[in-house]
Amino acid sequence: MINHHLYKKEGVNVAFSSKILEKVRLIIKRYPDGKQKSALLPILHIAQEESGGYLNVEIMDYVASLLEIQPIEVYEVATFYTMFNLEKTGTYLIEVCRTGPCAISGGEHILDYLEKKLNIKTGETTSDGLFTLKTTECLGACGNAPVMQVNTEYYEFLSNEKIDLILDTLKKMANGNKPEGSRWVEKF
Amino acid sequence: MGRKILTGLVTVPGIRSFPVYRGEGGYMSVEKALCEMTPIDIIKEVTKSGLRGRGGAGFPTGLKWSFLDRKPDKPHYLVCNADESEPGTFKDRFLMENMPHLLIEGLIISSFALGANTCYIYVRGEFKYIIGLLNKAIREAYENKFLGENILGTGYSLDIFVHPGAGAYICGEETALLESLKGKRGNPRIKPPFPAYKGLYDCPTVVNNVETIATVGPIIIMGGEEYASIGKGKSTGTKLISACGNINNPGVYEIELGLPVEDFIYSQEYCGGIRDGKRLKAVVAGGSSVPVLPADLILSTPQGQKRLITFESMQEGGFDSGTMLGSGGFIVYNEDQCMVRNTWNFTRFYRHESCGQCSPCREGTGWMEKVLYRIEHGKGKVSDIDLLVSVANKIEGNTICPLGDAAAWPVASAIRHFRHEFEYHIEHPEICNRMDHGKLIEQPAASIKYR
Ligand SMILES: Cc1cc2nc3c(=O)[nH]c(=O)nc-3n(C[C@H](O)[C@H](O)[C@H](O)COP(=O)(O)O)c2cc1C
Ligand code: SF4
Ligand code: FES
Repeated sequence: MINHHLYKKEGVNVAFSSKILEKVRLIIKRYPDGKQKSALLPILHIAQEESGGYLNVEIMDYVASLLEIQPIEVYEVATFYTMFNLEKTGTYLIEVCRTGPCAISGGEHILDYLEKKLNIKTGETTSDGLFTLKTTECLGACGNAPVMQVNTEYYEFLSNEKIDLILDTLKKMANGNKPEGSRWVEKF
Repeated sequence: MGRKILTGLVTVPGIRSFPVYRGEGGYMSVEKALCEMTPIDIIKEVTKSGLRGRGGAGFPTGLKWSFLDRKPDKPHYLVCNADESEPGTFKDRFLMENMPHLLIEGLIISSFALGANTCYIYVRGEFKYIIGLLNKAIREAYENKFLGENILGTGYSLDIFVHPGAGAYICGEETALLESLKGKRGNPRIKPPFPAYKGLYDCPTVVNNVETIATVGPIIIMGGEEYASIGKGKSTGTKLISACGNINNPGVYEIELGLPVEDFIYSQEYCGGIRDGKRLKAVVAGGSSVPVLPADLILSTPQGQKRLITFESMQEGGFDSGTMLGSGGFIVYNEDQCMVRNTWNFTRFYRHESCGQCSPCREGTGWMEKVLYRIEHGKGKVSDIDLLVSVANKIEGNTICPLGDAAAWPVASAIRHFRHEFEYHIEHPEICNRMDHGKLIEQPAASIKYR
């Protein structure tokens, strides 16, 4: 048996709402006729958000059909770019910057602290499914080190106290809706 | 105080919005360029200014533009490189966040000069917030008829679109960026053909950095000659330097090229000296890809002159005792930092970001990371140091794109200037248990001159 996430269909039906389809149409129009494949990255960002923070095979196949390209063309891109998650993550994906400038400004301690506080190792998800902890490379915010990203928002100048506050707030927000204007569809 | 050509207005409240920006004289450069100048005039002016690419390589912008294949049978494209993923570099984010209209102004003039009717800004995907800001500013420019059809009644039309990346450092390399823009994996390709002949969709394309483009508007207003009078020698004008690490005031600063490194690091106007009263150990001056230099060599050249922030002065001493200005990302290390740990960290970055096409880069970065991990964690052998040098030498110059060199230089330079730290790790594995063991490394009196 091949055991690879690209072969594991989840048997879910996916389709964008008409509002999002309209947005997709506008994004495709930014590129010349016949070059609709250029819209792949922006649309995958939207697809990932729509399917709960990761890309499953069904949604990738769906995106392929929207862009009239082969599914493999979507898979090869989704596996290349680190912002696309191919597996389910917690409600909040915490990615701590581990690169030089952050590392020498306390970033390594922040990662340590998060592991202790969440009681998981880097790469794992908490048992309540709320937090996944990962590292990432330089986020282009080194002057505000240490830096981490939660889903797509930046948190900068981190300290232990600030982490406590952020985690508390996120827990409280867990069932609420995303803040207005923070979604990809709205940014495009 | 140096002149602030790009950042002079950042403190004006609301400068991000069109009306405030316009009120401060914004978009006058577009009016001047489109109504009073021909594309050739603009290219001449930019050439006269001596402006050199701010993305890392420092290639003269006017010259790059003059290479564009001007045959009218294909569309031309301008692509703005806002991928900004070089560790230590965060200046383009600062510009886009604070002065989005300055960038748009530059994009309009540059596109006009290049005969491009479509322009893409390739922004790293993590900058979602910046993408929102840019799209808002672009919308305002359309509403005020500076974008779209028939701009200012000149018959010239331009569309600007923001395109998000998705977390790949390699997409900052221009040929990889263009692949990515086509919806593919970010694999660089061999040049030539250069994008000026065969770029986006095989059409003539210019790729320029955000800061480069943002400088075009001010050059049109002040004139190329005036711009060239700022700076020193072939490093004209001002440059944004992003400073981070163990300094008192991390941030983005606009300096006149030619400022001594020492003034930059120690004056209150800029970095404000080393934090917590510590001493300076080393600086990586142009983003993680350039050779690291110890305190004495970054502050003065091997000839004992003050080292200046210019393309030339940074390179003085060649690979033995010089470095490069690169993207202008200053990473400052204090005496407590471990150079082995930092080298391992950077090498892990390059291994992670290698696109995997060339074996020297794909395998070499992995080997170097493993050996460095071993040394840093107290399991190194004496022969490992020469092994690292040998791997670095074999990557350098043998790859499709410069990421291979960028991975090799930090390793080679760290060993060149801090060999004793590598040896100390191998001889004293017991210190390696602690994450912050940098301060436990004994420094032989002659080897490092702290400042
Ligand atoms: C691995 C690698 C990463 C790069 N990353 C960037 C980047 O993030 N931003 C940038 O402007 N240029 C980057 N460059 C340089 C570009 O390839 C290109 O030279 C530059 O965008 C040209 O613009 P300029 O002439 O205005 O400097 C990178 C180059 C390499 C080899
Ligand atoms: S040098 Fe590295 S990143 Fe560049 S093309 Fe080769 S494998 Fe890819
Ligand atoms: S190193 Fe962490 S943001 Fe650059």
